[in-house]
Amino acid sequence: MIRIPCPYCGPRNASEFHYIGEQRSRPDPNQTTPARWRSYLYMQSNEAGWAAEKWWHGSGCRRYLIVERHTVTNEVRAIQPSAGDPRRRLRQEAAKSEGPTVEGDPD
Amino acid sequence: MRRRNGHREVPRYSAFNLVRHGVSGSRWPNVWRAHDLEPSYDVVVIGGGVHGLATAYYLAEHHGITNVAVLEKSYLGSGASGRNTAIIRSNYLTPEGVRFYDRSLRLYEELAADLNFNVMFSRRGHLTLAHNDSSLRTMRWRAEVNKLEDIASEVIGPDEIKQLVPYLDTSGDARYPILGALYHPPGGTIRHDAVVWGYARAADARGVHLHQNTEVTGIDVTGDRVVGVRTNRGSIATSVVVNCTAGWSSLISKMVGVDMPIKTFPLQAAVTEPVRPFLHAVVVSGTLHVYVSQTDRGELVFGASVDPFPSYSMRGSLEFTEGVAGDLLELMPSLATMRVLRQWAGLCDVTPDFSPIMGVTPVTGFYVDVGWGTYGFKAAPVAGEAIAQLIATKKVPTLIASFDLARFSEDRLVGEKGAAAVGH
Repeated sequence: MIRIPCPYCGPRNASEFHYIGEQRSRPDPNQTTPARWRSYLYMQSNEAGWAAEKWWHGSGCRRYLIVERHTVTNEVRAIQPSAGDPRRRLRQEAAKSEGPTVEGDPD
Repeated sequence: MRRRNGHREVPRYSAFNLVRHGVSGSRWPNVWRAHDLEPSYDVVVIGGGVHGLATAYYLAEHHGITNVAVLEKSYLGSGASGRNTAIIRSNYLTPEGVRFYDRSLRLYEELAADLNFNVMFSRRGHLTLAHNDSSLRTMRWRAEVNKLEDIASEVIGPDEIKQLVPYLDTSGDARYPILGALYHPPGGTIRHDAVVWGYARAADARGVHLHQNTEVTGIDVTGDRVVGVRTNRGSIATSVVVNCTAGWSSLISKMVGVDMPIKTFPLQAAVTEPVRPFLHAVVVSGTLHVYVSQTDRGELVFGASVDPFPSYSMRGSLEFTEGVAGDLLELMPSLATMRVLRQWAGLCDVTPDFSPIMGVTPVTGFYVDVGWGTYGFKAAPVAGEAIAQLIATKKVPTLIASFDLARFSEDRLVGEKGAAAVGH
């Protein structure tokens, strides 16, 4: 069992997490071409080595995390909260619009 | 295109020759020979597994192209070819899939005679269990598609299942009660190592060079055309390269700048101690993600779906064995005292639609036969035959036309829900 050092919960078994996918930037659907969009949808870099991946700590803090994992040895060398974490994004958007604030732990 | 040293006379494996060699005490020649790397080949196949060897064999046998090298970074059959659970069947869900795997099954039936090598083909029936209404519905769907393609396949009830596999818990009390099963009589098992060795021996006899411990380090491309392959043993000039790897297919394709929609997952399997024959069919449960069959030696071979995250690691894990053993006991509680002898993992290149990727790529002369997920072994003969035909005729055989790489950029995926990695 590989262990993933969650920045919120400490080291936890990988079975608590869900692998979401490789970390990559999503093209703007309004700007991109169908070919580029499909390449974003389907193509994988599938590195044999260090890779940045998105994981979800579903059975823990339920946060999205960016994990740097070696795909041959399964060693994890870095982990950080995902910028795409919806709660964080909602909070930032709420702060910008000065609308009602979203409840949650500050990170 | 015939090789200079040409074919060699291989003594046939037969009862007569067995007695002759036994009486005279003479040695059998090596099953295949070792060669020095030639500076050039007409075709270079990367990957000395069952797909690569089958491709080389059919190139020589059907098309007379014998100036062929098969490059294997380890020993022949060291990858997924020797790590699968050796199940063969053709009861898939899409008509394309059914036709394709049916051709493979027919080639497998004749393979021992074609290769003069006992591949221990064993037709024993294949049961895919349904534990709930929705999977029973999928089984009916599959049975109807199969019948339209003239494949023996039908949905049977618990009583018939009990007759075929008496040790299954078909009582209604099980946590996952068995409501029915898709019964596929032509399904069975085959000795996977024997298939590798048989193809290797037959390809070698026809003049193909098999290079073990030869790792590809780069592929040379001029313009949009393949011109050579670099290996740890030297360079080869060639205009045709076939990527027949499983596990490393993304990395090989990256050498020519072709992206692949592939994620590599380990799939774990295990084998128990041998017992007297009691399980005469292959039993699969999609809901429990477990499949089991008994080998001719009496061991139970069982496997699961792919691991929950991609990795190139081929290590087994205790939680897998624990989980899959629990699932197996759910089906056959009487196995509780059996001991697991060993476990292992192989690499599965999974595509978004659970169908393989075969055919041409944007780089001229670079062909792929990859993305075989959990269904590569059962497809090896037809894949080799089709890729050989593609290379020899430069025309894409209709059987594999829908499995091309371009389907991902053109949005015409072939959703194969009959694949073993898919839960129902």
